[in-house]
Amino acid sequence: MHSFWYRANALLTFAVTILALMCAMASITDHLNVPQPQADVQVSNINWFRKQPNGNDEVSLTLTISADLQSTFTWNTKQVFVFLAAEYETPKNSLNQVSLWDGIIPSKDQAKFSIQTTNKYRFIDQGSNLRGKEFNLTLHWHVMPKTGRMFADKIVMPGFGLPQEYR
Amino acid sequence: MGLIGSARDSVRSLQLRQLLTQAINLGLIVTSALIIWKGLMCVTGSESPVVVVLSGSMEPGFKRGDILFLRMSKDPIRTGEIVVFHVDGREIPIVHRVIKVHERQETGEVDVLTKGDNNFGDDRLLYAHGQLWLQQHHIMGRAVGFLPYVGWVTIIMTEKPIIKYLLIGALGLLVITSKE
Repeated sequence: MHSFWYRANALLTFAVTILALMCAMASITDHLNVPQPQADVQVSNINWFRKQPNGNDEVSLTLTISADLQSTFTWNTKQVFVFLAAEYETPKNSLNQVSLWDGIIPSKDQAKFSIQTTNKYRFIDQGSNLRGKEFNLTLHWHVMPKTGRMFADKIVMPGFGLPQEYR
Repeated sequence: MGLIGSARDSVRSLQLRQLLTQAINLGLIVTSALIIWKGLMCVTGSESPVVVVLSGSMEPGFKRGDILFLRMSKDPIRTGEIVVFHVDGREIPIVHRVIKVHERQETGEVDVLTKGDNNFGDDRLLYAHGQLWLQQHHIMGRAVGFLPYVGWVTIIMTEKPIIKYLLIGALGLLVITSKE
């Protein structure tokens, strides 16, 4: 009844239960954190703007991104994945989301940053709808925990526009 | 040696009634595992609610051997979400992040492009030949939760099958020989 294996089994079960409970509690404490991030994005330059031979519009932008995501970090945060997406509507598509830039923030002291960059991923439309197009730039962040539930949120910045003519 | 000997003795000394009880116990363990798995499938709406990360393409977020919990809800796919998808002609599903979404006006169909955080380029090279976008039916679920290291158990068991059989054998012996 109380053999070695019986005890070993009981001990292992207990240890795993406690570990699972602690992981769950660590994840629950994430809910107590109410982040107040700030972000500011400017389109500093439109480098070029053209129609590809296959008929899709493509534009190259230079972006100035400054953000403070320090409040998204808790003790259960492994990293924060941050990315900037252009969002707009076209006659064909009710929603187009195109990632322009992303980055991985590994620690809290690197969560306040300001960079100038050209778009990392190509800004290509499905079709030729980008001339004079109004679009939103949205800064998204995904909090990846050490264990437990993942969180995501965003800041939408409206009021960006593309020129009427290719250049 | 003493352990195996006593185990053999106890197996030999079993009566038919006891043997049946043990068989039922074993069956209960197997079926309850199945019930939990199928229950999770119902709750999460995903055909595989738990997946193990097999590659380093999402590092440092997800490492090999980490476990992801998936959900498949009616919510439309959006950029930034980490989805698990099948590619035609590939057996093993891939866990990567969505970087582009184009959603149709009337039908609501989506074109999705993915990329691994740790990869240099997007996933078009991984897709079937000539495939530019993923559609809704390629996607098995989106990752909602994360547990580190636990998946190593399954990785070790699939790569070293002998350990799997040893473990199953030992557990079976334990169930058969344990007397309540």
